[in-house]
Amino acid sequence: MSYKANFKVWRGDGEAGDLQDYIVEVNEGEVVLDIIHRLQATQAPDLAVRWNCKAGKCGSCSAEINGMPRLMCMTRMSTFTETETITVTPLRTFPVIRDLVTDVSYNYQKAREIPSFAPPANLGLGEYRMKQQDVERSQEFRKCIECFLCQNTCHVIRDHEENKENFAGPRFLMRVAELDMHPLDEADRVREAQEEHGLGFCNITKCCTEVCPEHIKITDNALIPMKERVIDRKYDPVVWLGNALFRRNKSRH
Amino acid sequence: MVQVQVERFDYDVVVIGAGGAGLRAAIEARQQGKRTAIISKSLFGKAHTVMAEGGCAASMGNVNEKDNWQVHFRDTMRGGKFLNNWRMAELHAKEAPERVWELETYGALFDRTKDGKISQRNFGGHTYPRLAHVGDRTGLEMIRTMQQKIVSLQQEDYAEYGDYEAKLKVFAECTVTELIKDGDRIAGAFAYWRDSGKFVLFEAPAIVLATGGIGKSFKVTSNSWEYTGDGHALALRAGATLINMEFVQFHPTGMVWPPSVKGILVTEGVRGDGGVLKNSKGDRFMFGYIPDVFKGQYAETEQEADGWYNDQDNNRRTPDLLPRDEVARAINSEVKEGRGSPHGGVFLDIASRLPAEEIKRRLPSMYHQFKELADVDITAQPMEVGPTCHYVMGGVEVDPDTASSVVPGLFAAGEVAGGMHGSNRLGGNSLSDLIVFGRRAGLGASEYVDSLSQKPKISESDVDAAAARATNPFDWPDSGQAENPYTIHAELQQSMNDLVGIIRKEAEIQQALDKLVELKQRARSVAVEGRREFNPGWHLALDLRNMLLVSECVAKAALMRTESRGGHTRDDFPGLDANWRNKLLVCSSDEAGTAATVTPKDQEPMREDLLELFELTELEKYYTDDELAAHPQRSGK
Repeated sequence: MSYKANFKVWRGDGEAGDLQDYIVEVNEGEVVLDIIHRLQATQAPDLAVRWNCKAGKCGSCSAEINGMPRLMCMTRMSTFTETETITVTPLRTFPVIRDLVTDVSYNYQKAREIPSFAPPANLGLGEYRMKQQDVERSQEFRKCIECFLCQNTCHVIRDHEENKENFAGPRFLMRVAELDMHPLDEADRVREAQEEHGLGFCNITKCCTEVCPEHIKITDNALIPMKERVIDRKYDPVVWLGNALFRRNKSRH
Repeated sequence: MVQVQVERFDYDVVVIGAGGAGLRAAIEARQQGKRTAIISKSLFGKAHTVMAEGGCAASMGNVNEKDNWQVHFRDTMRGGKFLNNWRMAELHAKEAPERVWELETYGALFDRTKDGKISQRNFGGHTYPRLAHVGDRTGLEMIRTMQQKIVSLQQEDYAEYGDYEAKLKVFAECTVTELIKDGDRIAGAFAYWRDSGKFVLFEAPAIVLATGGIGKSFKVTSNSWEYTGDGHALALRAGATLINMEFVQFHPTGMVWPPSVKGILVTEGVRGDGGVLKNSKGDRFMFGYIPDVFKGQYAETEQEADGWYNDQDNNRRTPDLLPRDEVARAINSEVKEGRGSPHGGVFLDIASRLPAEEIKRRLPSMYHQFKELADVDITAQPMEVGPTCHYVMGGVEVDPDTASSVVPGLFAAGEVAGGMHGSNRLGGNSLSDLIVFGRRAGLGASEYVDSLSQKPKISESDVDAAAARATNPFDWPDSGQAENPYTIHAELQQSMNDLVGIIRKEAEIQQALDKLVELKQRARSVAVEGRREFNPGWHLALDLRNMLLVSECVAKAALMRTESRGGHTRDDFPGLDANWRNKLLVCSSDEAGTAATVTPKDQEPMREDLLELFELTELEKYYTDDELAAHPQRSGK
C-alpha cells in the first residue's frame, strides 16, 4: 500500500527561501501532515511546522497545498495521484517566520479591536434564558477554529498589505455578526462593522466560505446580513433623522 | 563565557499553560488586581482543551431537577473508586454550576433546553443528564469564551492605561524549561520563544502550572504534541510532589483506522446520545461487563437500557455508559477474545439509533471527522473504535482549597494537578475541573502574593545554568555519534504503550523501567541540527527530558500498586484491594530530574457528613472493615 511521493516544500525564513524537493514514503490513510512529520523525523529534523491536534479541531496547521489554502491534517493523500508532485507552501498573506510557519499576529490584533460581548446588566448567574433557535445563528460562527484560512484567502488583504490596517477580515467581521446575533448582547454592532472594521471592503466573492474547513457560510450567513442591515440603516429616513439630530445635539455640547 | 541574552519580564502571577485551567486562573488573578502573564507553547486559543467534545459536568438540574451537588459528588467518588481527594470532589461538585453560568456572562452560547436554560447531556457514570455542551465542540466553546474574556479584560486595561497588555499579557509560542527558586520559594521561570529561540526570564513570586497531561509518552493517544508532561516535570524538579501517577485513563473510544488517525477521540457523547457498542457478532456486549461494585445501578436488559433515555425514573442507565475504565477494559477483552472489528476495535453504532439529521445536528464534528479522515458516514455505518490514552489522573499534589503545591509559590490546576479524579475521571468532569480549580489557583496565587513581605530574588547563576541546559542539545558529542530525539521519542511511546498501557503486569513494567534507564542514558547524547529559530528537533529534545521523567513516575507507581483500580489494571492483581484504597503513591525527584522515587502515604479520611452521603452497603464494597468500624450505622448496631 505504500509508495514514494514527490514533495516540494518551501524552506526559508523572512528574508529568503525556496522550494526544496523531497521523496518521501506515504502509507494508506495518511494526510499531508503525516508526510510533513515523516520528513521531520527522517530527512529534515528542523523543518518548521505549526500543528496541534491533528484532528481538524485546533486550526494550527494551515498552509497552501498545491496553491489551495487548507489544513494539512485534513488533506488526505488519497486525494492526489501517486505520481503527482505535492507542493506545500506557507500562508501567503502573513509574513513567514520559518518554513511553513507564518506570523499570524495580525489576526490577534484585529481580535482585540472588536468590542467584546456586552452582557445584560439585569441578569445574574444562571438567569440567562435563550431559545435554541436563537442561539444557533451565532453558534454557527462560534464553530470557527481560527485557522485563518479565510483571512489568508481574502483578496482584500491577500495582495494588499495596505488594506490590513482598516480591514478586520472575514473571521473578525463574522465575530461582529456573531455578537450582533447574540440574543442577549446589548451593544450596537452594525455601524462599527462598516465604519471601523471595513465591512465595505468585502465584495462577497465568497472565497472565505470556500476555504472554511468548518463549512461555515461566512458570506451568506454573516457578512451579507450585516451588509443588508448597514444599507437599511443608511437609507432609513427615521434613522437618518435620528442621526442628524444626535449629531446636532452632540455639537452643541 | 559569553553572557547569554535574556529578555526579562516582571509579573505578580505567571500562568504556564493557556488551556481552560490556565485561562481561568489568569482571569481570576487579573481580576484580583495582579499583573498576570500567560505562557503558552502554542498560539493563543489552540490549547488541548479545544479537543474536549462532550461537555462540562455541573449539577444545574436543568434537565432533571433531582440533580444536585451531592449526587454529582457521589458519582465522582464512585467513578474514581473512592481514591479521590474528597475535598476536591466536594468543591468541584458544589462550584461547577456557578462557574458554568459565569461563562455565559463572558458570552458562551451553550445548547438550550426548551425553557431556554443550558441543556445538559447524559454521560458515563453521571446519574442524571449533567453535561453543559455545545454539540460536540464544548471544549472549543470554553476556550474561545475565555480567550474572548481575556481580550475583554485587555480592552478594559487599554481604556484605563492605554496599553492592552498593562495587566494581562499572553506569551504565545513560548516554552518554559525551568522554574527558578529563591531558597525554598518560587522566584520565576526560564523560557524560550519558539519562533526566535531566544531566552526569556519571568520574575514572579507565584506560578500556576496549567500545562495539561502526559499522553505524548504513549503511542496511541488522543493527546496533541503539547502533552509532554512539562508541568509535572517542572514541579518535580522544583521539589513538588506528584500523586496518583499510576492512573492513566484510556478512553474507550478512539478511532482505530486509518493508522494515521489511530487514537483520535470519538466523544462519549455518541453513547450519551444513544449510540451503543457492539462486537463482531452484533451483540451489545457491555451487559456482560457490569462489575460487582456497580451491580444494581445499571440496566440488565437492552429493553430497559433503551427505555432509560426517555424515562429515567423507571429504568436504569445503559452499561454502555459505565465509567471509562470499565468500558475500555471491556473493549480490550472483546478484541482479545476474537470478537473485534476488522481493524482491531469494536463497533460503535449510532446510525441505527437516531435519524441521520439528528446525528448531524448533535454530533457534527464526529460526522465531519469520520467522513473526512476515514471515509465513514456515521449516519449510515457503525464506527470502529478502541481504547486510546486520553488523560492522566495523576498530577501535582495540591491543597484542595488554594491549589498550592508543597513548594511555596507553586500552584497547579487542571489535568496537571492530581487528586480530584482519584483512580478514574468521569467524562465531563475535566472541563468543570478546569474552571473550578483554575479559578481557585488564580485566587490562591493572588492571596499568596499579597501575603509576601519581600519579593523572592533570582540569582544570575541560576539563569546562566538554565540557559546552558536549554542549549545543550546543540552540542554534538565528541564522538560525533548523536542520538536523534525523534527516535528516542518513538521508542518511549512504543514501550509505554505496550508495557505500561491499559493492562499491566509486573514483568512488563519492569521491562519498561529497564528501557527507561536505557533511554535516559541515550537521551544524554541527543543532538540536533539547525538553528534556534523554530526548530522542532530542538523543541522535542527539551520536551523529551520531561517525558522520560514523568514516564518513570508512571511506571514506578504502577509497579508498586499491586491491585487493579480505575485507570490502573494489573493482570497479576486483578481485583480491587480495600487496603490500597486509602494509599497515595507520592512521586518526587532530585533537582536535576534524573531519577524519580515513589513513597506510599495515607490519605486523610473523608469528612463524616460526606461519608454519610453513601449507603454503608456501598462503602463496604470499597472500604476495609477497620475503616468502617466508626460508621454510625455500624457503631450503632
